[in-house]
Amino acid sequence: MSAPTSVRPPDRTALLLTIAAVTSLLMLVSQHSEWLAALPAGLQNILGNSLVRSLVLTLFLANLLFAYRWRAQTWAKLLIGTVCLLLILPWAGRDNSAVFDLAIQIGIFAALSLGLNIVVGLAGLLDLGYIAFFAVGAYVWSIVGSGQLSKILTYYGANSGGAGTGSLLLGLLITLATAASLLWIRRQKGARTRLASFSFALAAFGLVAGLVLVARSIMVLAAPQAAALSSGINGNFFWLFLALAVLAAAIVGILIGLPVLRLKGDYLAIITLGLGEVIRVLANNLTLYTNGSQGITPIGSAPVPWLDAIAAQLGFSEDQYNLLFLYLLVLVLIGIIIMVNIRLDRSRIGRAWIAIREDEVAAQAMGVPLVRTKLIAFATGASFAGAMGMIFAAKQTFVSPESFILNESIGVLSMVILGGMGSIPGVILGAAVVTILKLSVLPSLGEITATLNLPQQVNPNQLQRLIFGTILVLMMLFRPEGLLPSRRQAMVLHEGEEDNAPSASSIGADSERDATAEPYSAGEATRKDDERTGGER
Amino acid sequence: MDVQALLSFLVGVVVSGLVLGFVYAIIALGYTMVYGVLQLINFAHSEVFITGAVVGFEVFRVLATAPINGYLKLIIALLSAMIISGLLNVLIERLAYRPLRNAPRLVPLITAIGVSLILQDLLRILEGFQGRFDLTYTLPQGFSNTFCGSTSSCAAFGSFLSGIGVQLQIKEVILVVVAVLMLALLNYIVNYTRMGRAIRAVAQDRVTAGLMGIDSNRMISLTFLIGGALGGVSGVLFGLKFGTINAYSGFDPGIVAFTAAVLGGIGSIPGAVLGGLVLGVIQNLIGVTNILGSLLGIANLQSIDASYQRIGAFILLVVILIVKPTGLLGRSNTEKV
Repeated sequence: MSAPTSVRPPDRTALLLTIAAVTSLLMLVSQHSEWLAALPAGLQNILGNSLVRSLVLTLFLANLLFAYRWRAQTWAKLLIGTVCLLLILPWAGRDNSAVFDLAIQIGIFAALSLGLNIVVGLAGLLDLGYIAFFAVGAYVWSIVGSGQLSKILTYYGANSGGAGTGSLLLGLLITLATAASLLWIRRQKGARTRLASFSFALAAFGLVAGLVLVARSIMVLAAPQAAALSSGINGNFFWLFLALAVLAAAIVGILIGLPVLRLKGDYLAIITLGLGEVIRVLANNLTLYTNGSQGITPIGSAPVPWLDAIAAQLGFSEDQYNLLFLYLLVLVLIGIIIMVNIRLDRSRIGRAWIAIREDEVAAQAMGVPLVRTKLIAFATGASFAGAMGMIFAAKQTFVSPESFILNESIGVLSMVILGGMGSIPGVILGAAVVTILKLSVLPSLGEITATLNLPQQVNPNQLQRLIFGTILVLMMLFRPEGLLPSRRQAMVLHEGEEDNAPSASSIGADSERDATAEPYSAGEATRKDDERTGGER
Repeated sequence: MDVQALLSFLVGVVVSGLVLGFVYAIIALGYTMVYGVLQLINFAHSEVFITGAVVGFEVFRVLATAPINGYLKLIIALLSAMIISGLLNVLIERLAYRPLRNAPRLVPLITAIGVSLILQDLLRILEGFQGRFDLTYTLPQGFSNTFCGSTSSCAAFGSFLSGIGVQLQIKEVILVVVAVLMLALLNYIVNYTRMGRAIRAVAQDRVTAGLMGIDSNRMISLTFLIGGALGGVSGVLFGLKFGTINAYSGFDPGIVAFTAAVLGGIGSIPGAVLGGLVLGVIQNLIGVTNILGSLLGIANLQSIDASYQRIGAFILLVVILIVKPTGLLGRSNTEKV
């Protein structure tokens, strides 16, 4: 901590390029069965080992972290970023689809944690039901993108309940009238009387009734199309529904947020937990729409002929076209989400979120509209989750309520906390670490322990709760600012601890060391941190 | 519609709901006491509670063939669950909450969630080493029988009860008796002893209590000990009532009990009991909505069954917090700036 501020870290361009080249080569070889077979037996055994493979993959991804953290020439950083993401990774994915799978999952969870980061990290609202928005996005597409839609239409055709064109018109009329009166009541100035709030509630009910009637009539009117939709809607509608999924998740976010956002911290946490569970239970019980616990499958994806043609030229097998497409889509979406995040972080609304996080009462006194600002945070976070839910559905081609349990919400939360609440690169790192741990390292450890005759109960693959719990507790106790803290958060949390050293420089040194310390095993990294903080105090 | 059948059905549902409500009440006390002194939702309490249930299971299993009275076994189970759960709760407080006493409020809440997850897996692993996951209570002879045995006056009372639709089992009577005893004991400790007064003082104002010579850390530990002990007792009673538990089954009753604590007004001890009883009845009613629907001849209700029980508690929680955030018996407190 006593390093003078003027010393800049050395330029590491050469080191960066070397590491990138070595790890890329190692990964390509380890994932390519023919190249692996050409190696001498000893090396082949080592590289073929599933644990070594996942470690190599981890190291390869760590390149991107190094490129981000180290001081190096800008061209080298950009080169490594582009080549790794657009060339090496798809290449390895062509040889082994599991790599694609993992990369897409990392992308999905990175986007989820970026969304939750807005809610928890910036606005300070602990949301324990975040995965519900992910579920909304997933179900929006899986219902229309699969045979489920035709089942629903068949049901409505058989149980029309007299609905038809007439009720459609009636529903539209009610919807328009109630919506107009809602707006009109809102615009009335003066004291809010009991009558006004009563008629507001009445109009809101009317609006819901009108919408239900419209939806029902549309279902009934569309019922004859059931046979034509037996394998879901045309894949080209994917893009329309991507927008719809984002919108639906945001609306659900607002609907959930409206009643509960007036509550403070821990009440909010438990209510969001509850509403998350409500959505899961509904998905489990509304069998007509979601097929209950059996889940919906197969779910279609968007057809992209030109990409398929390119993929065919490059030697991808046919079942990998969709993975490649989704991989690229995730990359693009992550890029957009990061941009949105950065813009929001530095905008007026971002400052309002931080003000609310730090002190709600003071923020309100300064003129920040509490509920509206919180709702925006909720809706923004939810919309990212909605988009990712849709990609998740298209990738898995199977969706069931099991994917949206409370543990998943807590998993995303632990990604945010591990990486550093409020820090964009931090939560991406956190998502990558936890996802690799969960989907690659733990299963391969599980494979190894299976041969060791350990009891099934301590199979690392089943220890997710233990690991998430440990991450949450240790991080909160010893390094609440996360692995890659945002500057502001770290300064707040370590206020008064280091009076002598200028805090900005010490934080810089801190995170620098982190990057080099290879924080890829969560447990190990936190233990090191623990010792360090112990020494400081 | 058969009014008599409906009435006796409802009475039965309400009575068994009250029995369940007593279990919720004792769990809710654990939440409410901790909240009272620390303003912290102790998420880990549901695991402290299920630890008590596991301890009870182990005691009954080990003593299954021991030639002692069933009631003695029950007392041993209750006492050991109290001790272990209480100490566990103190340990959790010492390791996970005390270092964070001055951190922002979200921080200990997140550690509480973490501790809860860790305990779930530890319990599962512990039992898993012996090849068990679902733990089924081996109850002593006579515990699972219907209400009373051969005594004639008691049998008459039993037939009266079943006449009005109440199916009580002996274990449920035990459950209510134990619960009421625990509540009375807690009421005595909190309201009529020096220790209780110290706890109340710490809950009201930790700093001033410290100035009056009260060791607030000790009182907080004590609160966790009492809350944990109550959790342990309720765990054993829960196991007694439902028969089968596993390491993960603490979550549902935990959340319902927390709802009960909020419903009654969190921080208030009589509130927690009231909330528990109300929620027990409501939950039971939701669980039988489909039967009620068929008795009343309302077809639409028939798709609502026990799987909606847990979301019933959540929706109720939302409504309470919006309409009356201080709960039924809670006092409103203005925030100090």
